[in-house]
Parts: sequence; C-alpha cells; structure tokens
Amino acid sequence: MAIAANEVLDCKGLACPMPIVKTKKAMEKLESGKVIEIQATDKGSTADIQSWAKSTGHQYLGTTSEGEVLRHYLRKANPDEVKEDTKFPHTVDNVMLEKVLEQENTVILDVREPAEYMFSHIPGSLSIPLGELENNIEKLDREKDIYVVCRTGNRSDRASQILADKGFTKIKNVVPGMSEWMGPVEKFQGGDK
Amino acid sequence: MIYPLTAKEVAKRVLEGNLFILDVRNEGDFNNWKIEGKNVTSINKPYFDLIDGVEEILDHLPSDQDILVVCAKEGSSKMVADMLDEAGREKVFYLEGGMKAWSEYLQPVKVGDLKSGGELYQFNRIGKGCLSYFVASQGEAAIIDSARMTDAYEEFAAQKNLKITHLIDTHLHADHISGGRKLAEKTGGKYWLPSKDAEEVTFSYEPLEDGQEIKVGESNITIQALYSPGHTIGSTSLMIDDNYLLSGDILFVDSIGRPDLAGKAEDWVGDLRTTLYTKYKELSDDLIVLPAHFGKMSELNENGVVQEKLSVLFEKNEGLNIQDEEEFRKAVSENLPPQPNAYQEIRQTNMGKINPDEESQREMEIGPNRCAITE
Repeated sequence: MAIAANEVLDCKGLACPMPIVKTKKAMEKLESGKVIEIQATDKGSTADIQSWAKSTGHQYLGTTSEGEVLRHYLRKANPDEVKEDTKFPHTVDNVMLEKVLEQENTVILDVREPAEYMFSHIPGSLSIPLGELENNIEKLDREKDIYVVCRTGNRSDRASQILADKGFTKIKNVVPGMSEWMGPVEKFQGGDK
Repeated sequence: MIYPLTAKEVAKRVLEGNLFILDVRNEGDFNNWKIEGKNVTSINKPYFDLIDGVEEILDHLPSDQDILVVCAKEGSSKMVADMLDEAGREKVFYLEGGMKAWSEYLQPVKVGDLKSGGELYQFNRIGKGCLSYFVASQGEAAIIDSARMTDAYEEFAAQKNLKITHLIDTHLHADHISGGRKLAEKTGGKYWLPSKDAEEVTFSYEPLEDGQEIKVGESNITIQALYSPGHTIGSTSLMIDDNYLLSGDILFVDSIGRPDLAGKAEDWVGDLRTTLYTKYKELSDDLIVLPAHFGKMSELNENGVVQEKLSVLFEKNEGLNIQDEEEFRKAVSENLPPQPNAYQEIRQTNMGKINPDEESQREMEIGPNRCAITE
C-alpha cells in the first residue's frame, strides 16, 4: 500500500550532498505539518536524512525501499507544536487509553497525516487527518466514546475542539499521544528497510 | 582554489606529516570510523548543518594548517571546501573519492630481504587496518590474505616482473572480501584456504593443512603452514624463511583475535588459548610476528611496518598474559567491540555463496576491521 504524502521530491540518481540540499529547499516551501516523500537512490541518504531531521527538529517518519529506490518520509515541524497550550478540557493520558482499548464503545481517532499513521498506529484506530476532519464528520458515531490521538496532543486538541463544536459530547483528547505510546501498534511492513 | 588530495597523498601525510581534517559525514559515521594518525586532528560537522553557511566553523579551523575536508564519497566535501574557499580560506583540500577511496588504498612497505633470496612486503590497507603480504622470489610471487583490490598486487608484480603463483588465505575472512580467488583465476595461481574453514565453499581450492609447504620460485623460500585455530576453526599461521610468523587474525601487535565472528565465541575459546599459550609458546622467540590487522596507527614502527618479535609480544601483549583461564574466557567472549560491518554477508561472499556487484562489495567493507578483542 502506498504511503500518502503532500509533496514528492525526486532525488533519484543524485549523489550526496544533493538529496539533502534539495530536501532542505523543498522543506522551506512546505506548509508546517505536511508530509514530504523524498525519492533517492543514494544509499547514504537514509542515515543523513535521519541525522538532518534530528538536528532541525523535523519529524523523520521512516523509509521504505523498492529495488534501488528509497522513499524517505518527513513531516515538517509545526512551530506551535512545541507549545503546551492545550485548551480542550477533557483529556486522558496514554495509560488511561491503554485501559479502554478493548472496550466496545471505544473509537480511537488518529488525526495525524496518513504517512505517520501508516508507519505506526494503534490497531483498529481510525485515520482522519486533522485537515480533513470537518469533511468527514459523518464517519464518526456520536454515541461512542471517541479518543482523539496525534503525536504530542496538539493536533488532537484542535480536532477535539472541532468535534465539540459539531456537537459531539463524548470526546477525550489523548495527551501526549503516539510520541510516547507504549501500547500495541501496527507497523508498516512494506519494503526491506 | 580547492584541491583534491588522493588517498595515497593523505596516507603520506598521515604517516609522515600532520593533517587537520574537517569530517562532514553524519555524527554516527564519524564516531564509527575515521581517518586517524599520530599527528592527525579531526573535527566533525555534518555537511547538512553547513548548507546555509560555514561561518560558524571558521573559528574552529586552525589558521596555520592545511584543511582537508572529508566525506563518504567526495561530493559533500567538495561542496564544503568550495564554501570555505569562498569564505576566504586559502588552500582547502578535499579527499578524492571520500572515505570509500581511503578504505581501498593499499600501501606497500618492504618488511625485509629473505635469507634465502627474495623479498617480503607488507601491503597496508591503512583505512581499514588490514595487512596482506607479498613474497617475491626468483620471478615468482605469493600473496597472503590479499584484499579485494587486486589491481594493486598485479601492478606491483608487473613492475617487478613477477608471476603470481600462490594466493593464500590464513582463514575465511569476515571483515573484508578476499581477492585471493579472483587473483588465482586471473593469474593461474593456486588458491589455498584452510580446509576446516572451507567446508561450505562453492569453488575448488588447494587445502591448506598443518605442515603443508609451499615453494615460491625455485629457491628455498618455503611457506610452512601451522594449524592455529581460535579466530576461526581453520585459522592457520604461516612461517616464512624460519624468520617470520604470519599470525593471521590470531595474534596482533596490541591485541589478540576474537573467536566470535564465525560462530559462537564459547566454542573456540579453548582453541584460541591453546594456540596462543601452548603452540606459539613452543615457537622460536626470535620470530617476527606479522599480523593480518592493526588497530591503531601507533602499531606502525618507524619504517611504517606493523611487526613485533614474538618474545616482545609474550612480554607486552596483554592478550598473551592472562594466566587465569576463566579470566581469559571472559576477555575474549564478553564486552567485545561491535562486529565488522556486514560480516555475515562478507563471509558468504568469501564462500562463493553470494556474488554481490562491486558497488555492494564496497559498501559491505565500509568501516574498521574489528577482528581483535579490543578496539
């Protein structure tokens, strides 16, 4: 299954340093929170993209490989992601979410980008990226307990507020979310990397 | 202006002069493996942190020394060298071919003349710490533990008008791809491999057994095999001219071989101890030990040769001075350094089971040899 990205950058056939130089330029244009797929054939690019992401604060999601072609996925960091100004009043922590996972009335709504979701998510969770939530409200059952997750609790906070505005009453924002999730996950198994 | 520096020129500076290196690979690669030497200073700043400008590192570069910028393959070092040049630094060098070229460079150094006529050379793969040997006598040559880059030996033999007749591996290598079989096919020479290490190989070879004598040229140069297991089950040492002991990966100048790369360390601890503490002990004290690896540049003597008298090693090498057997077992099986890069695939390649293309072979050999119990 393909991993969705907002932008695709072709760095195939380019030798170091060009894949990173081009990635850096593309990232400058990319909107915060969006995912870019970088296609490269330089084997050294995997370690370099990871190190670069670490030093810049962008989120490295993972790499898949198909023959000679490596596909690296990066998500551009949101400047406000580091801020801890959660406004939605109803929150639960990761431990609490783990306890209710098996309950019948529980829905886990993952509002991260599809690529983040693909690489690792809670089994059975529903993927609707924050940006598409308002157009997909009908997918959600108002009678159920909806636990909203993202990576650190910020996007899910906004999602929770959107849902509350739409009249949902059984919403809980999960804090911090996937960044520190210790429970079961389903991982992307494609490629050999 | 920026200037390329070949691996050969870098080797000369590493051995004889001094060098300031700005290594622009990522931190992990730098910490794992870098160019080292007595008068080599290096700092690490990944190229991707310098794309917007080199101003922040200018203050960290010495003003009275040439700067060599190093990366994995060359491209990034050229970019950074250009930026340093634009920022006003004069004479900035970059390593031609990057660390890949550095890993592949072989430096031949003469060890000595052989008593019965002929010469012995050590080929030093400085970047990876691998040593191979070239025995020349009366128009013929034998090469021991040859590296994958066979051109270097062929050119050397051609210069000296020698026909390569024997290719010998002291054991099935796990850190580098042997050039022995390839050279044997090209030159019509015989490829020798200890039979106990060759049980799974897919090609024909001459079995190297204890006591086997191999003649080079018509004179009396005899290479004599001495079964000395421990690093692998087949590991065999070679005596040349009753003067030199080629110890393979069993005994190094500063360390001893690790017993875990071809299976379980526990299985071969006893063999390793018997070889080092009994078999080697019975040999002449005056033998000059020539190992297949070194770990630090300080192991090179003033002539650039890695060698030491057996008597000196029995006195100074810590691996030969662990009296308690249990302590020895721990020393060679616990807290070992990481294994050599891709060592399983390298062993498979040396057995002929897989045939990766040249570029993959290069990638597999990246990094230090890591065949000793200490780094």
